[in-house]
Amino acid sequence: MDPRFESVQAVRDGLKAVNYLADEGIAGVAFLADRLGKPVLVEGPAGTGKTQLAKSIAEMTGAKLIRLQCYEGLDESKALYEWNYKKQLLRIQADRGSDSWEDIHDDIFGSEFLLTRPLLEAITSKEPVVLLIDEVDRVEVETEALLLEILSEYQVSIPELGTIEATQIPLVFLTSNNTRELSEALKRRCLFLHVDYPQMEREKEIVLTKVPGVTEMLADQITRIVRSIRQLDLKKSPSVSETLDWARTLVLLGVDTIDAEQAKETLHVLLKYQSDIAKAAKELSDD
Amino acid sequence: MLELLSGFIVELRNAGLPVSLTENLDAMHAISHIPLEDREAFKYALGATLVKNNAHWRSFETVFEVYFSLRGSEYSISENGEGSIEDFLQQMQDAQMQGEGNGGAGGMDGLTPEELMNILMNALMNGDQAMMRALAKQAVQRFAGMEPGRPVGGTYYLYRTLRNLDLDGMLDKLMDASKQEVGGDLTKLEERLEKDEYNSRIEQFKQEVEAEIRRRLVADRGAEAMAKTLRKPLPEDVEFMHASRDEMQNLKKSLQPLTRKLAARLARKRRHGRKGPLDFRNTVRHSLAYGGVPAEPKFKYPRPAKPELIVIADISGSVAAFARFTLMLVYAISNQFSKVRAFVFIDGIDEVTDYFKKTEDITEAIHRINTEADVIWVDGHSDYGHAFEVFWDKWGKEINPKSTVLLLGDARNNYHASQAWVIKEIRQKARHVYWLNPEPRSYWNTGDSIVGEYGSHTDGVYECRNLRQLEAFVEKLA
Repeated sequence: MDPRFESVQAVRDGLKAVNYLADEGIAGVAFLADRLGKPVLVEGPAGTGKTQLAKSIAEMTGAKLIRLQCYEGLDESKALYEWNYKKQLLRIQADRGSDSWEDIHDDIFGSEFLLTRPLLEAITSKEPVVLLIDEVDRVEVETEALLLEILSEYQVSIPELGTIEATQIPLVFLTSNNTRELSEALKRRCLFLHVDYPQMEREKEIVLTKVPGVTEMLADQITRIVRSIRQLDLKKSPSVSETLDWARTLVLLGVDTIDAEQAKETLHVLLKYQSDIAKAAKELSDD
Repeated sequence: MLELLSGFIVELRNAGLPVSLTENLDAMHAISHIPLEDREAFKYALGATLVKNNAHWRSFETVFEVYFSLRGSEYSISENGEGSIEDFLQQMQDAQMQGEGNGGAGGMDGLTPEELMNILMNALMNGDQAMMRALAKQAVQRFAGMEPGRPVGGTYYLYRTLRNLDLDGMLDKLMDASKQEVGGDLTKLEERLEKDEYNSRIEQFKQEVEAEIRRRLVADRGAEAMAKTLRKPLPEDVEFMHASRDEMQNLKKSLQPLTRKLAARLARKRRHGRKGPLDFRNTVRHSLAYGGVPAEPKFKYPRPAKPELIVIADISGSVAAFARFTLMLVYAISNQFSKVRAFVFIDGIDEVTDYFKKTEDITEAIHRINTEADVIWVDGHSDYGHAFEVFWDKWGKEINPKSTVLLLGDARNNYHASQAWVIKEIRQKARHVYWLNPEPRSYWNTGDSIVGEYGSHTDGVYECRNLRQLEAFVEKLA
């Protein structure tokens, strides 16, 4: 199969064209994922653009995005495939007496009666696909095993039907908020990418591209203040998406330059815990 | 290349990173797709395939810098390495000098220290990265006094270089300069932002200096020898009792994700534990779907009682860090316990439960403990015996069969009376009594440590030298 990307720089430029500013590491790993045909495990604090990365890659390559949102209690029938019992029943009743048992038996376990779920859909799809397995740390350790076959071999084994192999190798992204340690088996099969809060310069660029109507000066101020706040010892540091929300708020309020007073009044956009807000407000005003 | 890479991977394993064979193969595959002259891409290719835990990234980076450092004549320790870098330096400097109206200047070697400081200040002021790099090189050459083959660690050279540069003074000067530039005072907010900016630039400069020293040392001694001296333990393996300030910071950072993980795991364990007794009502209700046959028995969710926790911690100098971490960890998962009470002592004892109740912020509570708790009775040297005796008198009757008592300390009693009978009494009333000792097991019961005497009255004494051991114990407890 042809590689999707020419070079690391091409990935970077492509992502930039769809308004996702990747750094060297992100672009490099995405490039490798394509060349090696391996899934990428993206880890990092909430709101740093992990999910967005998969979406942007899909947009950039013009591929279909198939998303599997993980949660506790996710099982085979929701992630991989399920037999369509009702249709099978109908089939049996429709020609009762006419067919022999062998015919029906082979018939009702055909692909016609198979309901595809996201994982199976991703590998059977004819068009190019980006598969996003979101918040994989939410499923139980046992359920993780479901993913292993598809992640390493790109195939799904169905006992009644045999093994379904991928028609094309999808780009797979798994995201994790790191609420628990993922199993070695899963980690081993993936490339690992840690997405952290961006450097100030990059965050400023992100603000400039994502928030219409923001001035260079304001963006600079915003990112500087956010950087200061992140250095505090907080329960939850402001994420990139919260920075963007804050920037939008300030633009809507028609603020050109932020002073301590305005910063304090709009802090609740940036921080979500009362104790954090109090702490940051204290730091920003006269201390 | 292959040899270098396998040496690199051996060193990663030595540093404690779990690198499996398949990951090794992946790394080989990965670098075949990457242009080798692109050092950053090369680093990320290795990182993505070999490092699967963000906490290990720092260790990886150190090893990487050692093994794949830039080598060449211009990085040798001796000073006759005239290369293209020197020319570049000169150009940079000329530009700088013209800017200051100073006119032509010789090589940087000819500068006085004062002039060098001025250039550095300008570079920091403008955030001029190339200049900063050149200056770092110059500073190391001039101040570190490196000699080939001298068996001294990198930190020594770093210290020598930075001492001569006086970066703290530099920060003040930068702040003054930026005030002058604006003309008049800055508001508090602006001042703070400026300060953060300069701080990050100075930090960057320090890293340049450190990298420069490392490069020179590697060129001198070879990668393997260097890797060994630079090897740093992973955050979860750092010992509480001997952690440096930097390591403490890292420990603190890794504590938060750890508690989150621990809490999630415990909650899950509680919910998904063994099945409870038969739920009769629910079974009958579901039997209706099968025409009254109880085909699908339903069980009650088990609701195991949460233990009540009493933490009694020694917070004298030697074990303070350990007590602090344990308290932070216990309080971070306090919803796993029905009640948590905390006592701290040195030679007097005081209850500090209220400090935690009043604030959501654990760090602040810990800070208050250090400043406000009344723990000194006579001289401020640990006296376990007296502390336990007072505890028994004041709070002993509040211990009940539901409570689990956790004793933290190294049991170095300064040869006071042990009063071990208190522990024995506590054990008779409480559900469990555990002792956590931050010292290595081999030190126990040596000198004035009497952990054995106390330990014989507890349900177990555990060695808790690092986060890994502490985490394992807490999980067992809840």
